[in-house]
Amino acid sequence: MAVDEKTVAQVAHLARLSIDENRVTEYADEMSKVLALAETMNDINTDNVEPMAHPTHAVQRLREDKVTETSQREAFQQCAPSVEEGYYLVPQVIE
Amino acid sequence: MHKNTIAEVCQNLANGDYSSKELCQHLLERISRFNQSHNAFIEVSADAALSSAEAADQLRAKGANAPLLGVPIAHKDIFCTEGIRTSCGSRMLENFVPPYNATVVEKFNAAGTICLGKTNMDEFAMGSSNENSYFGSVANPWDTDRVPGGSSGGSAAAVAARLVPATTGTDTGGSIRQPAAFCGITGIKPTYGRVSRYGMIAFASSLDQGGPMATTAEDCALLLEAMSGFDERDSTCIDRPVERYIDAIDQSLNGLKVGLPREYFSAELSAPIAAALQQAIEALQKLGATFVDIDLKNQSLAVPAYYVVAPAECSSNLSRFDGVRYGHRCESPVDLEDLYKRSRAEGFGREVKRRILIGTYALSAGYYDAYYIKAQKVRNLISQDFARAFEQVDVILGPTTPTTAFKHGENSDDPVAMYLNDIFTIPANLAGLPALSAPCGFVEGLPVGLQLVGNYFDEGRLLNIAHQYQQVTDWHRQIPAGVE
Repeated sequence: MAVDEKTVAQVAHLARLSIDENRVTEYADEMSKVLALAETMNDINTDNVEPMAHPTHAVQRLREDKVTETSQREAFQQCAPSVEEGYYLVPQVIE
Repeated sequence: MHKNTIAEVCQNLANGDYSSKELCQHLLERISRFNQSHNAFIEVSADAALSSAEAADQLRAKGANAPLLGVPIAHKDIFCTEGIRTSCGSRMLENFVPPYNATVVEKFNAAGTICLGKTNMDEFAMGSSNENSYFGSVANPWDTDRVPGGSSGGSAAAVAARLVPATTGTDTGGSIRQPAAFCGITGIKPTYGRVSRYGMIAFASSLDQGGPMATTAEDCALLLEAMSGFDERDSTCIDRPVERYIDAIDQSLNGLKVGLPREYFSAELSAPIAAALQQAIEALQKLGATFVDIDLKNQSLAVPAYYVVAPAECSSNLSRFDGVRYGHRCESPVDLEDLYKRSRAEGFGREVKRRILIGTYALSAGYYDAYYIKAQKVRNLISQDFARAFEQVDVILGPTTPTTAFKHGENSDDPVAMYLNDIFTIPANLAGLPALSAPCGFVEGLPVGLQLVGNYFDEGRLLNIAHQYQQVTDWHRQIPAGVE
């Protein structure tokens, strides 16, 4: 399916990605090309085929419900762009 | 010293022919000499490497004899290294210093290896040329006007230029094998789940798998054993004992049955590459292998399926980069949405954005069944093709790439043209099978790779075949002019 500029803008919003307005047409063209490639899959009938989500059909491993990790907030927050008193800082969300 | 394989380094260190510190010093000098022109390393950790090497030498003097003790390697910059910047080739993580090590890094540290630095790569492992790195493209040591392949381009170029005897790589659609082929080295993508993905920055989680890159299959055997194994911290890592790959490689190839997929020896394959493969087939016949033609009839759908599954998983995985907990944050955001959108727009490069958009589209309401579910069904068909083939043959042999290394900029205008580079490597990722690339000749001075695909957990057999082949050929021993 050919993707138009409006769709690029919608998808970019869903992905929380701002897109340079001068580039929207380019992205639309490129996405259209890749989707055309994807659509070649329609040449084959897959009606009775199971979707394969995982290469070895693994199931989620379960473990005992006990604490295995220690709190390392300080170490983890060292690579954060902005923190204060153990909290991550973001622009004001609630008025 | 720098021409030594990992196996030779182990031997020489054990014999006391040189110390780990001497070797690391020599390699670090080479890295500083060649990195400006080749750009294989994003980060060189000279001081840490030399002090670890010194410590390894002291341990050895006290009688420690772990085989990889003091052996220098380098990690692809996708593996988190505690205290060492891990960028994943992206502006997004330009200043990210992980507070922890990837399991692969931990395992190598425990084995005593020395990390000389972090190697260049396509941003978030998305690319087949290393041209998508925020830190610049990498020169192929065989011809610096050409790309080293990708996404583990820096890892492949560093080994080919003998800047380090081995590196780690990751392979989502060919990112170990394609650069290995372009740079004339050996690399193996293990069975999905063989190597822990913990601390390996995720691109497409159902496809990503780490593996070693080195000059020889023997070296890959030594390294794969060190990096494999069960890990509680990766929910898809498989609990199964690790084989002694080094013991597996010496077996005879007598009676080995090799499948040649008709679909791989098709019009997409350049004639000189086909000729190089033919020679390899004859060499393996002399070693006792027999060949039969097989069909992998849905192979042409592997690239289309991959370019739905991989972007879909990428769009989901990369949603974690929000400018809040780590990574790039834009200046003066007006509100939270602006913070997300601009941080991501500034932090991600072109190809990453393209894949996020495609993946988001494919997963969005109304398109999910037509693209994502369809691709998963096709994935199943491709996997079934392999299962049928392995009822007839032990391994599958084909080309790693349709062409030799191309020039910088040659494929950058059209994403689909670039994606078709992975036509022979993607199927193994979709099925989760182990696959190896080894050098099998040259076309106009550029290396050619042969690919072996094995059944699940048959890494030992792939390494065995490549090792036996390397006993009767010397393609893997060739060194590019200018870096001797």
